[in-house]
Amino acid sequence: MENFLQQLVNGLTLGSIYGLIAIGYTMVFGIIGMVNFAHGDVFMLSAFIALIIFLALTQLLGLASMPVAFLIVLVAAMAFTALWNWAIERVAYRPLRGSFRLAPLISAIGMSIFLSNFVQVVQGPRNKPVPPMFTDLIHLTDGPLGVTMSYKQILIMAVTAALLLGFWFVVQKTALGRAQRACEQDRKMASLLGVDVDRTISLTFVIGAALAAVAGTLYMLYYGVVNFTDGFTPGVKAFTAAVLGGIGSLPGAVIGGLLIGLIETFWSAYFSSDYKDVAAFSVLAVTLIFMPSGLLGRPEVEKV
Amino acid sequence: MAAPLDQKRPDLSRALVDAGFAALVTFGLSFPILALRTEQDMQNRLIVEPRWSWSVIAVMVVFCARLLAGLLSDWRARALAIPGALIAVFGAHMGVTQALTHGAGITALGLALLIGAFALDARLRDAPAPVAAPRAERADRSRLISMAGLAALFLFPFVMLAWLGPQGSLKWINNYGVQILIYVMLGWGLNIVVGLAGLLDLGYVAFYAVGAYTYALLSTTFGLSFWICLPLAGVLAAFWGVILGFPVLRLRGDYLAIVTLAFGEIIRVVLINWTDFSNGYAGISSIPRVTFFGVPFTAADDGFAAMLGLEFTPIHRTIFLYFLILCLALLTNVVTLRLRALPIGRAWEALREDEIACRSLGVNTVNTKLTAFALGAMFGGFAGAFFAVRQNFVSPESFTFIESATILAIVVLGGMGSQIGVALAAVAMIGGTEILRELDFLKQIFGESFDPAQYRMLIFGLAMVVMMIWKPRGLISSRTPSIFLKKRTAVAGSLVREGRG
Amino acid sequence: MSRWLTDPLLTVEGLTMRFGGLTAVSDFHFSVGRGDITALIGPNGAGKTTVFNCITGFYKPTQGRLALARTGVANPVEVEALTRSGRRFATMQSGDLFLLERMADHEIAQRAHVARTFQNIRLFAGMTVLENLIVAQHNALMRASGLTLFGLFNTPGYRRAERAAMARAVGWLERINLVERADDPAGALPYGDQRRLEIARAMCIDPALLCLDEPAAGLNPRESAELTTLLRSIRDDDGVSVLLIEHDMSVVMQVSDHVVVLDYGRKIADGAPQAVREDPKVIAAYLGVDDEAEVIAAESEIAAIAGDSP
Ligand SMILES: Nc1ncnc2c1ncn2[C@@H]1O[C@H](COP(=O)(O)OP(=O)(O)OP(=O)(O)O)[C@@H](O)[C@H]1O
Ligand SMILES: [Mg+2]
Repeated sequence: MENFLQQLVNGLTLGSIYGLIAIGYTMVFGIIGMVNFAHGDVFMLSAFIALIIFLALTQLLGLASMPVAFLIVLVAAMAFTALWNWAIERVAYRPLRGSFRLAPLISAIGMSIFLSNFVQVVQGPRNKPVPPMFTDLIHLTDGPLGVTMSYKQILIMAVTAALLLGFWFVVQKTALGRAQRACEQDRKMASLLGVDVDRTISLTFVIGAALAAVAGTLYMLYYGVVNFTDGFTPGVKAFTAAVLGGIGSLPGAVIGGLLIGLIETFWSAYFSSDYKDVAAFSVLAVTLIFMPSGLLGRPEVEKV
Repeated sequence: MAAPLDQKRPDLSRALVDAGFAALVTFGLSFPILALRTEQDMQNRLIVEPRWSWSVIAVMVVFCARLLAGLLSDWRARALAIPGALIAVFGAHMGVTQALTHGAGITALGLALLIGAFALDARLRDAPAPVAAPRAERADRSRLISMAGLAALFLFPFVMLAWLGPQGSLKWINNYGVQILIYVMLGWGLNIVVGLAGLLDLGYVAFYAVGAYTYALLSTTFGLSFWICLPLAGVLAAFWGVILGFPVLRLRGDYLAIVTLAFGEIIRVVLINWTDFSNGYAGISSIPRVTFFGVPFTAADDGFAAMLGLEFTPIHRTIFLYFLILCLALLTNVVTLRLRALPIGRAWEALREDEIACRSLGVNTVNTKLTAFALGAMFGGFAGAFFAVRQNFVSPESFTFIESATILAIVVLGGMGSQIGVALAAVAMIGGTEILRELDFLKQIFGESFDPAQYRMLIFGLAMVVMMIWKPRGLISSRTPSIFLKKRTAVAGSLVREGRG
Repeated sequence: MSRWLTDPLLTVEGLTMRFGGLTAVSDFHFSVGRGDITALIGPNGAGKTTVFNCITGFYKPTQGRLALARTGVANPVEVEALTRSGRRFATMQSGDLFLLERMADHEIAQRAHVARTFQNIRLFAGMTVLENLIVAQHNALMRASGLTLFGLFNTPGYRRAERAAMARAVGWLERINLVERADDPAGALPYGDQRRLEIARAMCIDPALLCLDEPAAGLNPRESAELTTLLRSIRDDDGVSVLLIEHDMSVVMQVSDHVVVLDYGRKIADGAPQAVREDPKVIAAYLGVDDEAEVIAAESEIAAIAGDSP
């Protein structure tokens, strides 16, 4: 029972990170119907940016307060990653808009290869250990096997929840969100009605990257080490989460992320951590076979 | 590349503003990741050091490139001018900092390119748009070209051998010839699935792995020969194609993509972790080498060289491997071309064009997709068996997502459905990355610490983006009809659909 | 005289189709007479295309039975027996009998030989005109190619079948005046030609029933006239029964033997063209009158007009 609770806490932590990345996939897919393969590597890049800024703050500027540092790191990582994703969209995807369906996909795969190798070249191929932060534990239940929750985990879940709420507000209540949903429904019509489609799509990439940067910062914090190859697997998992939740659906992405996180953690705990990826992917395949549009996706009826 | 009218006359102030903005963005992009470098110190502590020079270089390069792009209206002129400017700057840099005598020469070369580009641009700006050559003539020519190409492919190893000798030609036949042909074959195999049937498969490498491990395991445990394992590898891969395809081919396109991707990853994870079966990360080594239908390529008395009375050299095996993969690739091509002209092949293409219309005409779409999937997988399996016999070693490392992505990129860049296009794309992408291995001379320019190999994948990724933007529909986007009444005229690429599957 | 009563090719009973809360078609009964051109008309959104989709298997009806007696006069006892047997189709004493609601879309085309066109043209745009017609003969060619095996070796049997398919395609191209454009991509044809090509393509599957969804939409008067000739020739020369959705009343009145009117998913009239044209309920539906009193008013008005000009 206690193990179960412990794994639940761990799974939700991991799932929060997947969920944040998954939103980027699902939003971009919703608005331009493209699988943004580079998104996982944007996430990895954001973890590096967060790490570098953290080190610069503490070492070069001598900042001592951890919470302040964390806040600055989070905001800066969001800003710089957003700029990167904006530039990527501008350079690699926008020229391909409205063309062949697979061209942007290949472009995105190329971008993904470029980003991971770029980080390798400029920051080196070795693992980057992060100085430990927020390591205190809270004991939820007593005893030697008691359930614990680290401040890190609380931070991760709290930040995720807060940002998701903010994000939800943006999408539901602001003009930007309306424009976004309009473009999702019918891009041509939206542009005829005066929605600046290019700007809306750019902003979608910016928001997706900002959320990925939150995930990247939290990932760095949680695992304490980053590497230039860290984009692929979390990226694929997050994409899986987006599909599982029903691609195009924002709550679906979060729920899918949490589910994948839980599946992975529980599988590792009770069976074998070797096959945790197999478990996550198998659940995806089985779900899709029985629920072809994911958990919360709109079923797509093909009007004949 | 038709530029809108108002862009025809470049405008210096606008180009400057544009370039300034791009430079500013580049500075923002470069700030944390380029300008600050993380490094582990003696105590394994991570420390950060400023490295502004890289950031400054990046900003300058982008500024120049953007400025030139703004000033030149024709893309050919841009393609000439931007490298020209870079070469000129590097030449000047070398001349000044390293006091190298050829610095001035390089600068002059760069400047010449730059001036040439402006001259070209001025000429092209006023030139009328070129008229496309008549189609029919082209069809005849392409037939001639493929015959000549085929002859060249068969002669290639002998020409190389005669020219460079057994030692010197090895690299060309093996690293370029065999390596490229493997990808040509994989590209042609995947082309059936993606190019003809319009199904997006992101896990093609899984079938390649199935084929490779089939030969590796059957030959090392049961001592089966390559020639028995080759068909088995194809059959097993096709079997897996059906097993995977059956449940997922009903899914909508994007879901098919993720499930195939997941399948590719599952196979890799299983190969890594199921050590009793596959020996995990360590892989399977000492896989029996290829024989000339039973005659080994060894220096022994019963070896190939002795049998023909030749002097023994390892190049014999390489040449045999070259012809083996050439024949396998050609088999793939011939079968695909033949299938295209049969009802099944036409049904694949019709499926790519409009699945609903297909169903209304009585085409069983699930079976049709399944055959495409299984056939594609089968050729992947053949290629995998060949890979294992060529390397004598397989490990999960060779079957990562990057491989699937590369093969898919070859198909898309080739122009979906075009056999020649796919072959050209394989030459460009694989040949290109092989050439990047040979850039050691750059060390003389940038100093010993510069390792060009590091930049190989970086350039590879960038090239994928650039090529897609340059030719979104691939090198050869037009489609050749499979049957005709009077005259075979190619269908323009803009009419051909890419499929939703 | 009314073939749809004496010798129905297709009998639809109690067809209901719901999409979530929306009932697009409810409890719809009608039949298509063998050798007739039957028109299915009704205002926009009445559910006509939905009926087509149910007949051709693209939608699974929520309820209802769609029985197609391909070769002989349908026998209600046999239809009942087949329904109870749980099978999808069978050869009965009276001939081949199909229960379309149980069959998959491609099976309906392949076995029951029901062909269709689409409201939004669905040609294989990147394939040539000729290829479009050859793909339509997929099943026949597939059989001749021994599921590709004989085809791979180009056996004489397969070559013969391919020549036959080619001859049939060319025959249709001549009938729709497109021989000259046989090697052009279908997507490059003008709209009217695309419409005709889609009909020819459907005819290439050798249908017993041809379902056309608004074939005259977007045609100019000359093309409309050509279309009516083509439809008559399909009925008279090929002996194929046609089910036609059409908004262009002149086409409907010229060619159809039987008209069924749908409004809000319900049948409001069914009979010979003349009778239906004068049905006040139909006029009311087209004019958008829905009050019962107004219908009666409209009815008397029409009666008055009819009295004036006999
Ligand atoms: N797949 C579907 N999902 C939900 N609603 C549908 C679907 N297909 C049709 N409908 C609805 O069913 C109703 C009938 O549509 P249908 O297309 O059959 O009309 P129609 O008579 O063909 O009209 P038109 O003359 O405009 O073509 C409409 O309200 C339509 O929105
Ligand atoms: Mg309709």
